Amino acid sequence: MPHDHHEPEDIHNNLSPSGHPYRTDDDTPLSYWQVMEISVRELLAEKGITTAREITAQIDKMDARSPINGAQVVARAWCDPQFYAALMNDASTATRDMGFDIGALKLIAVENTDDVHNMIVCTLCSCYPRNLLGLPPDWYKSRAYRSRTVREPRSVLAEFGVTFPSSTQIRVHDSTADMRYIVIPKRPIGTENMLQNDLVGLVTRDSMIGTGLAITPSTIIEERQTP
Amino acid sequence: MQKVRVKPLMPPGHVRTPAYLRGKIGIIERSLGTFPNPEALAYGVAASDLPLHRVRFTMSDVWEGNAENPNDTLDAEIYEHWLEPVDAT
Amino acid sequence: MNNAKNSPNDHSPTFKLGRRWHDMGGDTAGPITMEQLADTNHDFSLWEKRVDALMIIGSAKGFFTVDGLRRVLEDLGEDAFETMTYYERWIMAVNQNLIEGGAYTTADLAAKMSQVAARGDTYGDAAAPV
Repeated sequence: MPHDHHEPEDIHNNLSPSGHPYRTDDDTPLSYWQVMEISVRELLAEKGITTAREITAQIDKMDARSPINGAQVVARAWCDPQFYAALMNDASTATRDMGFDIGALKLIAVENTDDVHNMIVCTLCSCYPRNLLGLPPDWYKSRAYRSRTVREPRSVLAEFGVTFPSSTQIRVHDSTADMRYIVIPKRPIGTENMLQNDLVGLVTRDSMIGTGLAITPSTIIEERQTP
Repeated sequence: MQKVRVKPLMPPGHVRTPAYLRGKIGIIERSLGTFPNPEALAYGVAASDLPLHRVRFTMSDVWEGNAENPNDTLDAEIYEHWLEPVDAT
Repeated sequence: MNNAKNSPNDHSPTFKLGRRWHDMGGDTAGPITMEQLADTNHDFSLWEKRVDALMIIGSAKGFFTVDGLRRVLEDLGEDAFETMTYYERWIMAVNQNLIEGGAYTTADLAAKMSQVAARGDTYGDAAAPV
């Protein structure tokens, strides 16, 4: 079968631009849904609605989005009071101004404090700030997470290994409509002297959904344990 | 802050108001401006712009005696046509 | 006092029949599984990434809205949620919205699918440019 190796999408048969290997789906039996995908894609190209190049560009754009983007936003919010204020006022504009291509994403930042812990869910489908953080994790789309988070957030958090005293208020945000949410986790104690760039590595994906906390660097834990 | 009740309606079709909040009372945490009505967008017909609000409920508002922790809260975005004002008593 | 009537605590036929399967907030459900926590599907395969791209592009070009996709996903029913993968459901919703939006006809799709399926037994064979 002839292959045109100048087709930009051919590069996807091996590695993404960011170097991630694609799952090998080329040598598994062809499924009905794959046939549908190929057919829809080719029909749209034949009708002049899209091109292979446009589809490839869109895949590249999505591949480039990851929780690291959000971690950079959080680290800056921890270090830069002016940016923090702008982020809490209008998170879409603040992240866009930072240089992130978030498209039409309408973002609200919610901040964890000593008294409040925020947690994000979408009970009706699986809305997620994908234009900033990339695609959501499997569990975010699961029946268990979608059903239980609004009724028993503390039990769900415990399954992620996160517990709070009853004096800490849990605020659950159900993304029911047009806004998407990012949690600004608490800056770990003992990181006061760390630079913004080094703080980025402490901000996990789960900490920005609210099912995790920012990482306390092991060196700080060791120092605290040493008398 | 404006106290509101989510209308206890149960229509068929595509809506973005979760069933577990229908009939429940909360306060408008913030208003978000207007957005095209998803109930029309879903069917490809002309959609008018509707005000959208973030409504905050306490877990005891939503789950009554079964709340895991009564003072925890739940925020959701609800379109205005699903809300009715509750007069302060 | 909050009436049980017309609330999630209302077990009347009106409520139970009216509430739709996807509207699952507050339902009882099992724990988040280790498999879900491991997030094994996070690196999607090429065909799934293409479905995602088609969804964005079709929406950006005005053929449908995210609510149009959600409507089809909801109408697919609970069985589809349990038995089809995420992007299997999405390609079905994208396709239906594209037909409804006039991008192509069911006859176009029927002819194309039969042609694509005849190209080979694997995705690699079927997706290759002819």
